[in-house]
Amino acid sequence: MAVPTYPFLEPVERVREKLRELEGGSPTLDREETIAELRRELQEAIDRVFSSLTPWQQCLLARHPERPYTLDFIHGTMNEFTELHGDRCFGDDPAIVAGFALFDGEPVAVMGHQKGRSTTEKVRRNFGMPRPEGYRKALRIMEMAARFGRPVITFIDTPGAYPGLDAEERGQAEAIARNLEVMARLPVPIVIVVTGEGGSGGALALGIGDRVLMLEHAVYSVISPEGCAAILWKDQARAEEAAAALRLTASDLRKLGVVDEVIPEPPGGAHMDPAGAAELVAASIRRHLRELRRTKPDTLLHRRYKKFRSLGQFVER
Amino acid sequence: MGTPSVAVPEGMWIKCESCKEILYHKEVEDNLQVCPRCGHHFRMTAGRRLDLLFDGGRFKLLFQKIRSADPLKFVDTKPYVDRLRAYTRKAGPGDALLVGRGEIGGHPAMVAAMRYRFMGGSMGSVVGEKMARAIERCLARKIPLISVACSGGARMQEGILSLMQMGKIAAGLARMRVRGIPFISVLTDPTTGGVTASFAMLGDVNIAEPNALIGFAGPRVIEQTIRQTLPEGFQRSEFLLEHGMLDLVVPRHELKGTIVRCLNYFH
Ligand SMILES: [Zn+2]
Repeated sequence: MAVPTYPFLEPVERVREKLRELEGGSPTLDREETIAELRRELQEAIDRVFSSLTPWQQCLLARHPERPYTLDFIHGTMNEFTELHGDRCFGDDPAIVAGFALFDGEPVAVMGHQKGRSTTEKVRRNFGMPRPEGYRKALRIMEMAARFGRPVITFIDTPGAYPGLDAEERGQAEAIARNLEVMARLPVPIVIVVTGEGGSGGALALGIGDRVLMLEHAVYSVISPEGCAAILWKDQARAEEAAAALRLTASDLRKLGVVDEVIPEPPGGAHMDPAGAAELVAASIRRHLRELRRTKPDTLLHRRYKKFRSLGQFVER
Repeated sequence: MGTPSVAVPEGMWIKCESCKEILYHKEVEDNLQVCPRCGHHFRMTAGRRLDLLFDGGRFKLLFQKIRSADPLKFVDTKPYVDRLRAYTRKAGPGDALLVGRGEIGGHPAMVAAMRYRFMGGSMGSVVGEKMARAIERCLARKIPLISVACSGGARMQEGILSLMQMGKIAAGLARMRVRGIPFISVLTDPTTGGVTASFAMLGDVNIAEPNALIGFAGPRVIEQTIRQTLPEGFQRSEFLLEHGMLDLVVPRHELKGTIVRCLNYFH
C-alpha cells in the first residue's frame, strides 16, 4: 500500500517498500540477512537524498501525506488528552484541535492545526485551514490555561487561514490579530512547535510564545512558494525559485532568529518513524518547559516581548 | 493587490472611477480627495493624512532614518534593493509608513499612516520597527496612537521577517491595552492581509472610510478558492460594519472630528 510520494524520494521509497514487504512476510532462511542488507541500503539512499535537499523539497517533505499531524504529536508526547470544542460564539472548527493533557504527568493546555488523513477527513478538517471559530476556540482554551496557571503548547501545521467567504464574514483578520495580541500577554509559559507547514498569518495565530521550536523538515513562510511565484514571477510554476528566495527552511529561520531550536527528525523525515519523531519533540518541549516553569510571569512576559520586538532587520542612517 | 488603482494623476482633469464624471483636479484636491459629485474617496497620501489629522497641519516626522536591510538578499524578476531604490525615488524616504507626532484637538498624539505608493503599503521590517517605536513612545509619554492602514499586507521580499512584524506590533499593542493607552485604528482602501490581521483590527475603536476594501484574504484569492463571484459590496467597509468588525464608517470630512471625540472620551 504505497502512498503516492515525490520523485526525489523514490530511491528511498523503493527500498522502504521492499523492507516493509519482507518484514511483513513469513520467515525464510536468509531473511534476517536480507533485512539487514536492505536497512543499510535504506540508510544509504536516505543519506544520498537528504544530503542535498532543496528548499522546495523541504516544502514537499513538510506536506508529506504520511507526516505526523498534530493529534499524532499530542498522543505521541502526552497522556490523557481531553479534546474541548467550540468557540462559544459560532461553532466548532475541526481544522484546529484544542484541549488539555498530561505532559510528563503535569497538566498542560495543548492545541494545533489539524489536517485529515483520508479524503473525508481531509475535507472535514478543511485541509488544516482554520476559520475564525478555530482561532477563537484556541484563544478560549489559552485564556482558560492562564486562569488555572497551566502552560500552553501549540503545534503549527497549516497551509494558511481559510480564504473563504464565510471566514471573511466572521472576521478572519480580527480572529488572527486578537490571538497575536492575547498570546503576547498570556501570563503562562507558551511553547510553539512548528511541525509541518507554517503557512503565514494562519500559522502565526498560534505562534506567539516564549520558545519557537521547529522540526528539521518543517517550513514557515509569509506566503506559500506557489502564491509568491504567482504574484512576483506571474507564474505559479516557478514555486521552486520562490521557495529558495523566501528562506523558509528550519535552518534559515534559525539563522534569522525566528526559531530558537531546530528539532532533528528521524532519518528520512518524521513520517519514516512517527514515534521516534514524537520522542524528539517531547524531549525538546521538556527541556524548554522546565526552564520556563521556573521563570516568574512578569519576567516571562518581558522576555517574550523582547523576543518578538527584536525580529526584523533594518539599517539606520 | 486586489483593487484597481485610484491614484490621482498629475494632470488637470481626472475621471472619477465611481461616477465616471470628469473632474477638475484642483477641485478634488481641495475636497480632501473626495469626489464632489458622488462622494467617492480617492486614495490619499500619507503626508496629506498627517496634514489632515494634526491640528493646523503641524507635526514632527519621526524615525525617518530607518531603511530596509534586504535581509534575504531577495531577487525575483529584479532585486529587492532595486525596487526599494525606485520606490524611494518615487515616494520619498520612509518606506511604507510615516509616523508623526503633534496634537489632535489639543491632545498630544502619534499618527502612523501607511503609504500605498511605497510597494503597495507592504509591511516589512521598517514598517514593523517604526510601528514598534511609535507604540513604545506612546507608552512612555502616555499619549494615544492613531494608525491609518492602507496596505496589501506583508512584504514578500522580506519573507518570514515580514510575518514576524505582525507579532511584534501586536505585542506592543498588548502592552498599550494593559496600560490603558488608547489606540484608534483607521482603515482605508485597501487594508488586507497581515496589516488587517495585526494592528488594523486591534483598535479600541476601529474606524473605516466609506467603501474601503477591508479583509484578510484578497478578493481574487477568495474567488479562486470558492470558484464563484463575490457578492456586491463584499469586504467593503459597510459590509464589515454590518458584520460587527468596525465601530464606525466615517466619511473623510468627518474623520478628524470623530477622532477628536474619541480622544476626548479617552482622556
Ligand atoms: Zn464620483
